[in-house]
Amino acid sequence: MIQVENVSKRFADVQAVKDISFKVEKGKIWGFLGPNGAGKTTTMRILTGYLPPNEGRAMINGIDVSTDLKSIKKIVGYLPEVVPVYSDLTVKEFLRFVAELYSIERKRIRFAIDRVVEKTNLQDVYGRLIKNISRGYRQRLGIAQAIIHEPEVLILDEPTIGLDPAQIIEIREMIRSFKDSATVILSSHILAEITQVCDGAVIIKEGRLMATPTRDEWGKNLEIVTTGMASDTDWSDLKQAFPVISEVRAEGQVLKLEFSETLNDFNKIIKYLIEKDIRIKEIKAGLEALYMKIILAEEGRGS
Amino acid sequence: MKNIWTITKKELKSFLYSPIAYILTSFFLLISGFFFYNILAWANDQTMRMMQSGYGMNRININQMLFEPFFNNMTIILMFLLPMLTMRLFADEKKMRTEELLLTSPLRLSAIIIGKYLAALIIYAIILLLTATYAIFVFIYGNPELAPLLTAYLGLFLLGAVFIAIGLFASALTENQVIAAVISFSSILLIWVISWVGESGPGAWRGILTYLSFFSHFKNMVSGVIDTQDIVYYLTFIFLGLYLTRSVFEFRKWR
Repeated sequence: MIQVENVSKRFADVQAVKDISFKVEKGKIWGFLGPNGAGKTTTMRILTGYLPPNEGRAMINGIDVSTDLKSIKKIVGYLPEVVPVYSDLTVKEFLRFVAELYSIERKRIRFAIDRVVEKTNLQDVYGRLIKNISRGYRQRLGIAQAIIHEPEVLILDEPTIGLDPAQIIEIREMIRSFKDSATVILSSHILAEITQVCDGAVIIKEGRLMATPTRDEWGKNLEIVTTGMASDTDWSDLKQAFPVISEVRAEGQVLKLEFSETLNDFNKIIKYLIEKDIRIKEIKAGLEALYMKIILAEEGRGS
Repeated sequence: MKNIWTITKKELKSFLYSPIAYILTSFFLLISGFFFYNILAWANDQTMRMMQSGYGMNRININQMLFEPFFNNMTIILMFLLPMLTMRLFADEKKMRTEELLLTSPLRLSAIIIGKYLAALIIYAIILLLTATYAIFVFIYGNPELAPLLTAYLGLFLLGAVFIAIGLFASALTENQVIAAVISFSSILLIWVISWVGESGPGAWRGILTYLSFFSHFKNMVSGVIDTQDIVYYLTFIFLGLYLTRSVFEFRKWR
């Protein structure tokens, strides 16, 4: 479990993080959302013990980051934004080095390396120099080094940045699979990623906490942007077909649905709409609408 | 101890996989070989003259005529070359952003610093050992004394160990390897020449500045005198360099 209580971090002339509090339950995946420079990386670095907080407490499994750094480092796995690999080593040599950094027993190192290589599909590049492997493999190697010591908490800073769509999907699947063994925090610019992978989100802007919505909350609404929809369309039949829909509103070309319970699969509703000959341009799951509202609101542009 | 070795092993690998170590070794041997040849030729010439004139025959001393000037020359090469050996130690970690991996691992900061220091020291020791081939030639064709030679090597090793500690500190200050090399070279040069200022300064300063300079301590050892004071001087400097390196990291956390 991760607990952050009133944490602040100042650098010489910048207040990077200000009075942030949130909590992530064991075995959940939580997303960090916010514009660039919002303080996502700083918060993550505090949790890994890389940076000490100026104020407040950050705790992992009940251990305070400021008091017992050594224990924290043993149970946390961390993938920084720039994958920390030595390009002049081979994948094998690098993983061996990381295993030794984490004091994995000599006779178990081989096993630990085999496990992460299999988990992150690195078999094909195992003997190659890191400078010669592709961006996607590099990112996977970054994840491999983060999980080699079987951490209880996994912190991933933009794990899918710079990857192609197929690689993104692959990494997302991988992250989902960590849920069984670890509590995961990841940051991302991609809202759809957080919606698909995470159980909740921490939205930060300019170092301050804006909202901590959970899947239950954002799973309860859906926005569908359409084209050529008549403004007087009658939606009562949609409500009848899907009792889970508690409210239907049409604002211009945007159809806004609210559900009485969390819905993770919208396919049937979309199918129904397509059969009704509604042309769909874009589907925004609840988090996106919420995020835009929060981030844009203060700039006076949003609704 | 095992943790320190983990870092040392990795650093040695990086040294050996990159061309830097080989280039530095080759040039060190090339330049020191050139010096050795010249000094040998000069010593030969001097000895011949002394023998011909019969004057000063009892003062012919291979150690003094050959090894002392040779070791003094080597210190100059070291001043240039060792900053290039140490410049990448931390600067590169910062530039490649691998520093985060080390600093978020359970390894103690001091283990990381000592590990890196040892790696550079081992490379340096190997380079020094290679210069021993020159000495072997002298032993084959002449009969110099071994003890002063070993003392001189110890002095040279300790001097280089201080340079490496300074270089490690400089490397922790920046992510630019060239800047790291410039900082360490300038610092070494400054501490070296401090004794020149000392010689012309007023009484009290003279003592302090002369004590601080590398030069005055190296002079003793190269002429075969082991003084605990000199050893303490070198060890203090090494400790100071490593301690300051550690402080750089502690300081940066709060910056």
